[in-house]
Amino acid sequence: MSKPSEAELKDFEAQADAWFKENTVTDPGFMLPLTFMEVSTDEQFDFLCDWQRKVYEAGYLGTSWPSEYGGHGMHPEFQRVATRAMKKYDGPIILNAIGIGWAGPLLMDIGSEEDKKKYIKGMLSAEDIWCQGFSEPEHGSDLGSAQLKAVRDGDEYVLNGSKIWTSLGDRAKYMILLARTSNDGPNKYAGLSFFLIPMKIPGIETRRIKKLTGEYGFVQTFFTDARVPAEGLVGKEGDGWMVAMKTLEYERGAKVNPAGGYYIKELDAMGVVDLARNSERGGKKLLDDPVMRDKMVEQMMEIQALNLNNQRRRMAPLNQDRPMGLAMMNKLARTEMIRDLTEFSLAFQGTRAGYYVGDENAVDDGYWHRSYLNSFSATIGGGTSEIQRNIVAEHVLGLPKGR
Amino acid sequence: MENLGSIGYSEEQIELMNVAASFCAEKSPIEKVRTLLEDAQGYDADVWKEIAELGWLAIAIPEAQGGVGLSLGEVVPIVEQMGRRLMTTPFADTTLAAQALVAGGTEAQQEEYLPKIAEGAVATLALAEAHGDWDLHNITATAKADGDNITLNGEKLLVPYAEQAEIIIASVSLDGAPRLVIIPRDAFGDSALRREQIIDETRRTYALKLDGITLPASALLDEAKTKAAFEHIHLTAVLLQAAEMAGGTQAVIDYTLDYLKTRKQFGKIIGEYQALKHPITNAYVDYEKARSHVYSAAHCFNDQGMGEIATRMAKAACDKVYGFAADRAIQFHGGFGFTHDCDAQLYRRAAIWHASQHGDGAWHRAKLADLLF
Repeated sequence: MSKPSEAELKDFEAQADAWFKENTVTDPGFMLPLTFMEVSTDEQFDFLCDWQRKVYEAGYLGTSWPSEYGGHGMHPEFQRVATRAMKKYDGPIILNAIGIGWAGPLLMDIGSEEDKKKYIKGMLSAEDIWCQGFSEPEHGSDLGSAQLKAVRDGDEYVLNGSKIWTSLGDRAKYMILLARTSNDGPNKYAGLSFFLIPMKIPGIETRRIKKLTGEYGFVQTFFTDARVPAEGLVGKEGDGWMVAMKTLEYERGAKVNPAGGYYIKELDAMGVVDLARNSERGGKKLLDDPVMRDKMVEQMMEIQALNLNNQRRRMAPLNQDRPMGLAMMNKLARTEMIRDLTEFSLAFQGTRAGYYVGDENAVDDGYWHRSYLNSFSATIGGGTSEIQRNIVAEHVLGLPKGR
Repeated sequence: MENLGSIGYSEEQIELMNVAASFCAEKSPIEKVRTLLEDAQGYDADVWKEIAELGWLAIAIPEAQGGVGLSLGEVVPIVEQMGRRLMTTPFADTTLAAQALVAGGTEAQQEEYLPKIAEGAVATLALAEAHGDWDLHNITATAKADGDNITLNGEKLLVPYAEQAEIIIASVSLDGAPRLVIIPRDAFGDSALRREQIIDETRRTYALKLDGITLPASALLDEAKTKAAFEHIHLTAVLLQAAEMAGGTQAVIDYTLDYLKTRKQFGKIIGEYQALKHPITNAYVDYEKARSHVYSAAHCFNDQGMGEIATRMAKAACDKVYGFAADRAIQFHGGFGFTHDCDAQLYRRAAIWHASQHGDGAWHRAKLADLLF
């Protein structure tokens, strides 16, 4: 596909700008989630499904994915332009992150022709919501120790065990699943296999888990003799670890996802400054307090650094020393920044930081508290920050594996 | 978010980065750095000559005055590589003095001195004083008009390479107003200079007694450009320092990693232990962020407003991570880390030096707060 001309991109940009300006609803009258991991109520879910479908149908999601699978078949540059317009108008997040963010790119990479035909369009249109069954109750970030059993029986696999921390698990139609098909391999990783499975079948039950925020956002999933079709296997039996690691590359942002949209809202440093502007200390503006000013600048520098890193990682000559460094630290740096910033925002609120969601005196309806408490979903999910540090240390800095 | 700067690069910048990387690695191996610690001049005159021949001093000097006419953005990768190899020469100080002339010199001064500097004459700035204030406008040294001459009084401190410089541009107060004045090396005797003991043993600075130095009034830089010149000097100094610090941070992290990958304790390579693995990773992550800030500063330096924000952010970010990385480098080397033989101290001292000149992280964050809020 040839690169579009400047004029074509400009036209498309004007078109996308106009569309997002016209169609973006930033305040539907209830709190919108900052990340796909914190969708809690039906009204949030329905609103975000509807939003994703509209963006897709207008051509601004899956813009560069092949049209035979439901994409719009355009050059990736157009997708970049569309996502930029979405951010510019502060559009809501794209809900089906695990579908179009991880599972979709994986299928494009190594999926069969049938799988692409069957799944991609539903992912993009938010008709089919996806979830991810990687973590287990006993293992957390140690995915290689997964125990959920998948036993081949004719054209089917029979699943037994449990997965946990499954975002959107009670609403999803499909799951990407890491399961154990053997215990006889040379190591624990060799016995794992990767499946695409339907969720709404006998033998699969979900139980909602109440989060530290007080909301419901993810589930534990129980598998009791659940029978899934064998064609759901991705790769060969025993390839599961390799396939899961590929998926995690997308999840951790090490590979740039070409489907577009965004799943985690980037916080705006100036928004935090605005919050601080309305606070007082000792009868004076909080922004006159030198300590708070200093901390505020540090937060802004942090946000700016990550934005710059994002630009720099696409510029090979500026990354010669450790080409994968910026990509591999992305998840760690970004999720920790959001946690830091949202925690810091509580310090502005004085006595009112004592309120929580639901009280009429809570600042911004408790948005900052909820954001802070929810921010841990990203510093724990997809491999904790501590695991991310090990990954950067071992794969970027070349330090030995150990404890 | 308001636009606080972005990253871009020029082909020249990348080319200079690659050339400087191999040049500095070759000319400034760590044994050479250590030999020069004991040297009176503190740098290798032959290397200085080669730098001049490479044309690096001419990069940001306008073509009309014998320069190449590129921007300071192209100087940044060179200084970064020098910082990485702890290669100290008067390069940054001479570049800075040239920029003082570019921004604040009269036409006659630019015609006279810039071509010489482009060809390799050492030049430097005399800005600091005993009060230690980073505000360049806080000046107690004076100049007094005396017919067609001016007479100087007071003392300037921490003047880099004053002994070797053909010209020194000093800040003085004339009738209560800050001014810049060119002092040729032959305007004062050796007794006016005292070599100082400074924390960073790889570089040389001098205290300069101004008392009794008499110069023609034409030695004063252009009065009308004074304000712009002070601003330009300050921000250029901060930009070049940040670049040098980014290079130093990269090196001290690499140096520490080498040790963490080879040293064994309790039967294990110590880099296996998370107690060491995580802090060095934190240093590395902060380093990459600081480096992005530096490249943003290089790219945006000439943009009104944005350049200042990006530049101050760059130094604040570098100050934080260079200090941390070098501090941990000492700790992680254990008993050896406490010795003069361990290179960790060279970087730690350099980081302290850079923080001490033209504002540390906290000072730049305070300036940023004024610009941003």
